[in-house]
Amino acid sequence: MQTKNSEIKPKNDRSPLLWGLAFGIVFGFLLQKGGATKYDVIIGQLLLTDFTVLKIMLSAVLTGMIGIYAMKTLGWVELYPKYGSVGKNIIGGLIFGIGFAVLGYCPGTIAGAIGNGYLDALVGGLAGILIVAGLFAALYPRLNQGILSKGDFGDVTLPRLFKVNDWVFVVPMAVLIFLLLYWLERAGL
Amino acid sequence: MEILTEMRWSPYAVGIGIGILSWFSFLISRKPIACSTTFAKTSGMIEKLFRGKKVELKPYYQKVKLAVDWQWMLVVGIVIGSLISALMSGDFHWQWVPSIWASAFGSDPTLRVIVALVGGVCIGFGARWSGGCTSGHGISGALQLAVSSWISAFCFFIGGIVMAHIIFKIIG
Repeated sequence: MQTKNSEIKPKNDRSPLLWGLAFGIVFGFLLQKGGATKYDVIIGQLLLTDFTVLKIMLSAVLTGMIGIYAMKTLGWVELYPKYGSVGKNIIGGLIFGIGFAVLGYCPGTIAGAIGNGYLDALVGGLAGILIVAGLFAALYPRLNQGILSKGDFGDVTLPRLFKVNDWVFVVPMAVLIFLLLYWLERAGL
Repeated sequence: MEILTEMRWSPYAVGIGIGILSWFSFLISRKPIACSTTFAKTSGMIEKLFRGKKVELKPYYQKVKLAVDWQWMLVVGIVIGSLISALMSGDFHWQWVPSIWASAFGSDPTLRVIVALVGGVCIGFGARWSGGCTSGHGISGALQLAVSSWISAFCFFIGGIVMAHIIFKIIG
């Protein structure tokens, strides 16, 4: 019902939803254990006094990237990179960033913050995110024909953009992330 | 099983765990972990309750279907998973005002909720505009080496770092 893909038989319909719930429970559990459900931890990152959020994100990217590109090389998985454009990702990203600092949670960690009992996330933040989504839906046709398509570069990944083998980017990126994390630890951050 | 009742884990253990979780989400569900579209969907679903089926005709809701899906369940799961973790370690508590906020702007819940609402509006708009959030672009997109996601993630942090310094070093 949710998908037009005829390969998925109706009897499997419930299973993707339950897997979503299961992945969410593990994700939420990990975010809470890492402290990422807390305003103080996120604001500490943005004030550059507590690097927990960056450490979590970079080690997730490092681990995920190596595993997923290995499985892609083996033909087990495919990638789902998002479409992008200069107008979309730079302007949208900066608006997001301002909201990130004002709210002190992000759309994923706000769900975790609600589970943690944080009422500013539930009563303030969640309400704001829901209200503005309706506004965006109303503005979408106009934005989509204008600013969102400025400087369109499509759904490329770095290896496809430069037309090279995946591992030409994966290996140096892995080394770079590892060195950055090593440097953060050495610097006592 | 003592590890499950610990209050905090190393950020590296958490990050590696999320990375491994993403392997399985690609392998089993054929989807990257992401959250923010769910809020747009929920907003449309709530609007539909009041204004009826015509809401579905908006171009954005043609793109983002108004139905509970895998990602919607993922976000519900995050609330449950965080609650389980917090309850097991005794870290669950009701709180209106976080301590860094309170030390700069006082412990009045009304002010904090209004600012959180404004922040929610801004981050929600930015997430829709850029097509993702800290998980969809910042983790899942970045680990696929997607160009759109690396640009977005950089801008999330540039905007966030500048704004946090304005709030706490200039205003507060």
